[in-house]
Amino acid sequence: MSIDLIANLAYILAAALFIFGLKMLGSPATAKRGNLLSSTAMLIAVVSGLISADVVSYEIIVGGMLVGGVVGALAARLVAMTSMPEMVALFNGSGGASSLLVGWATLYLGTSDTTTFTAATIVLAILIGGLTFTGSLIAYGKLSERINSAAVVFPMQRFLNAAILLGIVTCAVMFCLEPSATSPYLYALLGLALVLGVMAVIPIGGADMPVVISLLNSYSGIAACAAGFAVGNNILIVAGALVGASGIILTNIMCKAMNRSLTNVLFSGFGAVKSAKAVEGEVKPVSVEDAYYILEAASNVCFVPGYGMAVAQAQHVVKELGKILEANGCEVSYAIHPVAGRMPGHMNVLLAEADVPYEQLVEMDDINPRIENVDVAIVIGANDVVNPSAREDSDSPIYGMPIINVDQARTVFVLKRSMASGFSGVDNPLFFGENTRMLFGDAKESISGVIGEFG
Amino acid sequence: MEIVFLTFILVLSVFLGFELISKVPATLHTPLMSGANAISGITLAGAFLAAGTTSNEMASWLGGAAVAFATVNVVGGYLVTDRMLSMFKSKRSTQS
Repeated sequence: MSIDLIANLAYILAAALFIFGLKMLGSPATAKRGNLLSSTAMLIAVVSGLISADVVSYEIIVGGMLVGGVVGALAARLVAMTSMPEMVALFNGSGGASSLLVGWATLYLGTSDTTTFTAATIVLAILIGGLTFTGSLIAYGKLSERINSAAVVFPMQRFLNAAILLGIVTCAVMFCLEPSATSPYLYALLGLALVLGVMAVIPIGGADMPVVISLLNSYSGIAACAAGFAVGNNILIVAGALVGASGIILTNIMCKAMNRSLTNVLFSGFGAVKSAKAVEGEVKPVSVEDAYYILEAASNVCFVPGYGMAVAQAQHVVKELGKILEANGCEVSYAIHPVAGRMPGHMNVLLAEADVPYEQLVEMDDINPRIENVDVAIVIGANDVVNPSAREDSDSPIYGMPIINVDQARTVFVLKRSMASGFSGVDNPLFFGENTRMLFGDAKESISGVIGEFG
Repeated sequence: MEIVFLTFILVLSVFLGFELISKVPATLHTPLMSGANAISGITLAGAFLAAGTTSNEMASWLGGAAVAFATVNVVGGYLVTDRMLSMFKSKRSTQS
């Protein structure tokens, strides 16, 4: 049996294990083993890649793996759970960069006549890989607030983007007609792909980041797929397609949760649309002491966290309060909107970090039908995802977005630093609701205060 | 013929991927994403071909850089996913 045959058989095994691993990621009880299975698959694929007959020199490979391994391990170990969105953005970017480089290197790999098909797949790998790389860097910058996270819109933007796209198509065609490693069109493509990534992400505001991260995640898979076509490797195609599909599904879920189409998220800077009715009314502040009396008497409490909980690092005190309420005979749940936070599942991870059992994390569609039985809904750092104007005010920019109907709970506590409007700049009539009490101040301190009253 | 064969694999994998992942609950979306990130480090297998060649220096350097980037994904992705999943506990295990 030739070495290549063995390697290919091993790839089949790896592909099967990847599929099983992803399947097991579908339930919290088996997810950890699923991840282990998937990493075993990766190990098999890597070893069989290494023994391939085409690999003759190992110095550079070992060097690259050492550098990458150390960086990856340190990043995975040191990152705070609240910074997970930035981390995932960076990982997306490095996947894209890797596919770009594989596509590019394939051109130098000797086979004197690159077919048009191979050239086209190389173009795709470079294009999608490059776009993913710089797009992810911008997403990282926005998420970590190193650059302004608001949507950047300037005159002639669409014209410029169209020109870039036109340039890419032209260069791609010219390159495919005469593929060579020294073609000037290749370098033009490289540059344009990198610029396109920047241009694609700057007009997208911080609140839309869950969509962007999912989409970039998908791109990194598709780029791996294209690189797989370029080098003619099955396992790259299978694994890349799985990742691509997963990213697309998440993107779709995020878009639905905001009631917006993908085109709308990608091409229109948010806030430039219809202006909502200004909301008038009187807010009713509540003191920590009064909050305690209400909570003490409640028998069903539901926490609704948002990005503000991550910023205030309040997940641990939230869990502590939850535990005290439970000991007091109260039923406690945590309702999580699909786009709460800055990436899909962001709030779930934070609450899991604070040791909240996953049975208590409920989805929007589960809590809404029984929200009327909730005595106190505690909104922590969430705004748009609980804004009733999404249901009632057809002029509101977020009209039609599915929300958690906390205003229909018996009492609502809103923990808020001040009366500023949310990320999308939309007023929130919830704050003026008959059954709403505002608990002003830092979320972490307010909750600690309430815990103190119980103590 | 090879093109048809590779495309065949692509199409089947895409369908399989949609089938598999549409069932993942919202709770696990972040680990799913970082796990998918780790899997996209599979470009490593392609990068070896370029990095391990002696026929062209440019190819081996580009390949080496690709190996480094892909390894960040693989090592970082799996470790961070494992770290997150270790935090997801059921009611029974948090009380014990």
